[in-house]
Amino acid sequence: MDKKKPSTLRRLLSYLKPQAFFVVLSFVLSAASVGLTLAIPVLIGRAVDFIIGPENVDFAAITAIVIKMAAVIAATAVCQWCGNLINNSISMGTARRLRTEVVEHLHRLPISYLDRHPHGDILSRAVTDIEQISDGLLLGSTQLFSGVLTILVTLVLMLLADPLITLIVVALTPVSFLVARYVAKNSRKMFEEQAKARGKLTAYTEERISNIKLVGVFGSQDEVCAGHDRINEELRGFSLRATFYSSLVNPSTRLIHAAIYAAVAAFGGFAVMGARMSVGMLVTFLGYTNQYSKPFNEITGVITEFQNAMAGAERVFELLDEKPESDEGKIGEMEEKCRSIGFDHVNFSYDPEKPLIRDFNVCIPAGKKAAIVGPTGCGKTTMINLIMRFYDADSGKICLDDVPVDDLKRTELRNQFAMVLQDTWLKTDTIRNNIAYGRPDASFEEIEKAAKEAAADDFIRKLPDGYDTVITDDGSISAGERQLICIARVMLDPPQMLILDEATSSIDSLTEQRITNDFDKIMQGRTSLIVAHRLSTIKSADVIIAMKDGQIIEKGTHRELLEKGGFYADLFNSQYNVG
Amino acid sequence: MKLLGKYIRKYAKESILAPVFKMLEALFELLIPVIVARIIDTDIGLGGSAVIKDVILMIVLGLVGFVSAVSAQYFAAKSAACTGADIRSDLFRHINTLSYKEIDSVGTSVLITRMTSDVNQLQNAVNMFLRLFLRAPIIVIGSTAAACIIGKKTNLLFGITVPGLFALVFLILALSMPLNSKVQQVLEKITLSVKENISGARVIRAFGRQNAEAKEFRERSGELYKRQLAFGAVSGLLNPFAYAVINLAIVGIIYIGGGEVYEGVLTRGTVVALVNYMSQILLELIKLANLIIIESRGLASLKRINELFEIKNSLADGDQEICPEEPAAVCFDRVSFSYGENAAPAVSDVSFSILPGQTVGLIGNTGSGKTTLVNLLLRNYEAGEGSITVDGIPVKKIRRSVLQSAAAVVPQKAALFSGTLRANLSMGREISDEEAWQALSTAQAKGFVEEKGEGLGLRIEEGGSNLSGGQKQRLTIARALVRNSGLLILDDSSSALDFATEAALRKALKEDPKDRTTIIISQRISSIKDADKIIVMDGGKTAGIGTHSELLSGCPVYREIYETQEGTNG
Repeated sequence: MDKKKPSTLRRLLSYLKPQAFFVVLSFVLSAASVGLTLAIPVLIGRAVDFIIGPENVDFAAITAIVIKMAAVIAATAVCQWCGNLINNSISMGTARRLRTEVVEHLHRLPISYLDRHPHGDILSRAVTDIEQISDGLLLGSTQLFSGVLTILVTLVLMLLADPLITLIVVALTPVSFLVARYVAKNSRKMFEEQAKARGKLTAYTEERISNIKLVGVFGSQDEVCAGHDRINEELRGFSLRATFYSSLVNPSTRLIHAAIYAAVAAFGGFAVMGARMSVGMLVTFLGYTNQYSKPFNEITGVITEFQNAMAGAERVFELLDEKPESDEGKIGEMEEKCRSIGFDHVNFSYDPEKPLIRDFNVCIPAGKKAAIVGPTGCGKTTMINLIMRFYDADSGKICLDDVPVDDLKRTELRNQFAMVLQDTWLKTDTIRNNIAYGRPDASFEEIEKAAKEAAADDFIRKLPDGYDTVITDDGSISAGERQLICIARVMLDPPQMLILDEATSSIDSLTEQRITNDFDKIMQGRTSLIVAHRLSTIKSADVIIAMKDGQIIEKGTHRELLEKGGFYADLFNSQYNVG
Repeated sequence: MKLLGKYIRKYAKESILAPVFKMLEALFELLIPVIVARIIDTDIGLGGSAVIKDVILMIVLGLVGFVSAVSAQYFAAKSAACTGADIRSDLFRHINTLSYKEIDSVGTSVLITRMTSDVNQLQNAVNMFLRLFLRAPIIVIGSTAAACIIGKKTNLLFGITVPGLFALVFLILALSMPLNSKVQQVLEKITLSVKENISGARVIRAFGRQNAEAKEFRERSGELYKRQLAFGAVSGLLNPFAYAVINLAIVGIIYIGGGEVYEGVLTRGTVVALVNYMSQILLELIKLANLIIIESRGLASLKRINELFEIKNSLADGDQEICPEEPAAVCFDRVSFSYGENAAPAVSDVSFSILPGQTVGLIGNTGSGKTTLVNLLLRNYEAGEGSITVDGIPVKKIRRSVLQSAAAVVPQKAALFSGTLRANLSMGREISDEEAWQALSTAQAKGFVEEKGEGLGLRIEEGGSNLSGGQKQRLTIARALVRNSGLLILDDSSSALDFATEAALRKALKEDPKDRTTIIISQRISSIKDADKIIVMDGGKTAGIGTHSELLSGCPVYREIYETQEGTNG
C-alpha cells in the first residue's frame, strides 16, 4: 500500500509532464494572484492612515496609493483569469488523454477481461473516475496551492503587524472549523438516511414505472400509488432533517466568524488607543480576518476531492495496466476464400478448475455447412470463441486449411468471418448506418437489399422514420427485430466464412424459415458454422455435431443421426413430439 | 411557475417565514460596518468601556443573526422537502393515469428521470431560493442604501457599480449557461460511446472496426475538451471581473471619500464603513451567481415536470358498466390501427367475434399484430377505425376500471414485483388463501411454491430474479387467474414452459370450473390447435379464421406455420 500510493501520484504527475511549462506557469500565476490579493488590504489600510480628518488628508500620498491599487487590481484579475484558463486546459487535457487511452486500451484488452468484469464498473472507471481526476486536479491546482499560500502569507503579515491579535485569530479560527465538523458529522447520519430512503424510492419508482403498462392492465394504480406514498413520506422526513442539519454549517461558522471579528475589533481598538497600532492597520487586520478563515473551509473540501481523485486514478491505472491481447501472428494478409476449419487436440477451459473442452478434434470441410447442437453450457459458443480467438486455446491447434489461427494477426483472422450472435449489439445510430457497419460506404440500394434478404425491410418501413430511425435502448425495436438488423448487417457483405450463434433465437418460426432459406442460398459454397437451439433450422446442414460437456457425442447428417436414435434423436424428439 | 406556486402555497407559512428570517439576519449583518465606523471615529476617543460596549453589541447582533438564520433554514428545509414530496406523489399518480400512447411517446426511462432527479433538483432549488433569494438582494441593496445614507459624492459610485455588476453577472451567466448545457450533452454522448465500446467488443472486433471506433471516440473526446475550455473561459471571467470592479470601486471610495473627509463631510470611520459595504456586496454577488445557476437548473426541471403534468390521457373514460365476472363476448368489426401517423398500419381491417365461454387462439409471426389486437381490446390504445365491443358495448364507452377488472392478462414479459408472492398475486385486491392456492394449482405453480416452503409469504426479488423464467411465467398466469375475470388473455405466455408443463396447464385450464372466455396468443401450433376458433394473423390482416382442421386445408399461411413446426416429425 505504502509503495503504491506515491506511484499513483507520480504516474498521474507524469501525465502533466508534456504540459510542464503550463504547470509552472499556473503556480507562478497562482502565487502572484495571492500576493496581489493580499496587498489590497495593506494598501487600503495605508490609505486610511492618510485620511485623518477635516483639513487633514494627504492627497498626494493617497493618489500614489490609489494608482498602485488600480494596477494591483488589474494585475490580479488578469492573473486569475489566465490561471483559470491554464488550469482548465491542464486538467481537461489530462482527462481527455486518459479517456482516449482507456478506450483505445479497451479495444486491445482480451475479451475475457470484458467478460469477467461488470461493464458498469469499467464504464465508471472510464467516465466517472476520470472526471473525478480532472476535478481533483483542477481544484488541487487552483485552490490547494493558493489556499495554503494565502494562509501562510496572511499569518506572516499579521504576525509582523501585531503578534497578540494574530494569536487571537489563530486560536479562534479552529473553533469554527470544529463547529463545522461537528455539524457535518451529525448531518451525515441524516444524509445517509435520506440516501437510503431516496434509493428505496428510486428502486420502487423504477420497478413500477418500467412495468407501468402491467400496472395499468391490472388496474392496481391505487395500490401502487399508496406504496409510493409510504416511502415518499419516509423520504420527506429524512430529507427535511438532512437539509436542515446540513444548512446549520453556514450560520454557525458565521457566528464564530462574527465573534472573531468582534474580538479583533476590540483588541485592535485598544491597541489603537494605546498607540501600538494605526487605524489603517486595524482596517487591514479586519480585512485579513475576513480572508483568513475562507481558505480553511476550502482546503478541507479540496483534500477530500484530491483523495477521491487519487482513488479514481488508481482505478483508471489498474485498468490501463491490464495486459492487452497478445498478437504474435505474423500473417497480416490472407486471401479471402472459403477454407476448412480444423480443431486438432484442442484443450480449453475458462476456469482451470473446471476443464471444458478436452482433446477436441473435428474438421469442418471447406464450403460445407456445419451445425452444433447440445444443451446449454456444452461448449458450443466456446468453439466460436476459440475460432475467432476471443479466447486462446490452452493447447492444441485450430487451423484454417493448413494455417494455424495463431499465425494470423487477429484482425486478419476475424476479417475472414462474418458473425451473427445471440447478443444483438447495435450502435446508437440510424438503422441505415447499423446495417452498413462493416462497410460504411455501402450505397442505399445495397443496404435495402441486405435488409430485404434478412426479412427486415418490412418492419423497418413501418417505423416512423424508416431506415433513418435511430436505434436506442428504449425497447421501441423488439429483440427479434434487432436480430433481423444484425443479420442484415452480415448480409450486406458476407465473407467466405459465416458463424451464426443462436442468430434467430428471438424470431418467430415463419420468419426464421424465410431467413434460413436466404442463409442457405448465401451459404452455398461458403464454410459456415451454426449454433441453434431450435433444431428445425439446422436440418439441412451437411454435418451436425452434437456436443455434451465439451465433448463431441455424435456427428452426421440429420437423417443419419435420427436413424441412429441416439443423443440427437432424443434432443430432437423432446422438442417436437411432446404435446 | 404556476405549478410550483400551487404546491408552495400549501406551505405558505414556512415559505414566507424563511425569507423573512433570512432578511432579519441580513439586516443585522448590515449594522456591523456602522459599528466598526463608530469604534474608529468615536469610541477610540472615548476610551475602553465604549469600545467594549460596541464589541458586545457586535456579538449580540451575531447571536441574534444566528437564531434568525437557523429559523430560516428550518422553514426553508421544511417547505422544500414537503413541496418535493408532494410533487413526487402527485406526479407518480399522474403518470399512472396515462395511456400506452403517452407512455410510449415519453418513454419509461424519461418518466423515471422526471420522478427522481428532476424532482430532487427542483427541491434543492426551492430550498436555496427560499434561503438566498432575499438575503443576497437585501445585503446588496441594504449595503448600497446604507452607503448612500452615510456618503454623499460616493453615492454615484455605488449607483454605477452595483447595477453594473448585476449586469455583468447576468451577462456572463447568460453566455456561459448554454455552453455548459453543451458540455453536458457531449458528456452524455461520451458515456454512451464508452458503454457501446464495451458491450459491443465482440462485434466491433469481428468487423475489425476497433480503429474506427477509437477514432470516433477521440473526436468526441476532443469535442468535449473544446467545449469544456470554452465554458471555462467564459464562466472564468466572472470572478476576476467582479473582483476588479468592486476593488476599483473601493479605490474610488478612498479617493472621493478622502476628499470629503478633507472637507469634513465624512469621517475616517465612515470611509472604512463604505469600503466594508462594497466588499460585502462582492461576496453576496458571487453567492447570487451560484444561486442563479441552481435556480436555472431548477427551473429547467420544473419545466420538464410541468410538461409531463400537461400530458393528459388522450382517451376519455367511458361510463358504462359490464359484469366483469361473466364470460365476455368480444367483437372486432373492421378494426384498423397504426402506432404513428406516418407508420404503416399495424393491423388493418380486422373483423372477428368471440362468443362467451369460447377459447380462441391467435397465431401469426413477429409483428403480425397479435399483441396489438389485445392492446386495442383493452383500450390501451384506441382503434383508429372500426369498432370493438365487449358484451355488445363499445370499449370506448366502458368505464376503464371495469374493463380492466373484466380482463385478466398474462403479458409476454413475465414481470413480477419485489415483495411477497401474495402481494404479487393480489395486486392490491383482497384475496383469500384458498383462491390463491387454487390459482397456483391451475397455473402449475403449486408444486414449486410448496417446495420453497414459504407458502404465500415467499419473497420475490426485484424483477423476480430468484425464480427461473418458467416459474415466473407460471406465477404471472396464477396472478391472472386469481382475478376471477370473465376474459382471460394469455399473450405468448407459455414460451418458457417445457412441453409437458404446457400440456398440463392447458388441461387444467380446460377443467377449471370457472366459466370464462379465453384468448391464447402463441407462435406454437400445439398451444392453440384445440381452440374453438383460431385466428391467423399475417402482416396486420386476418389470413384465416376457423378450427385447426379447417385452417389446415383452407389457409396457406397456417399450413406453412404448421409445416415449419410439425412437418419435421418424420
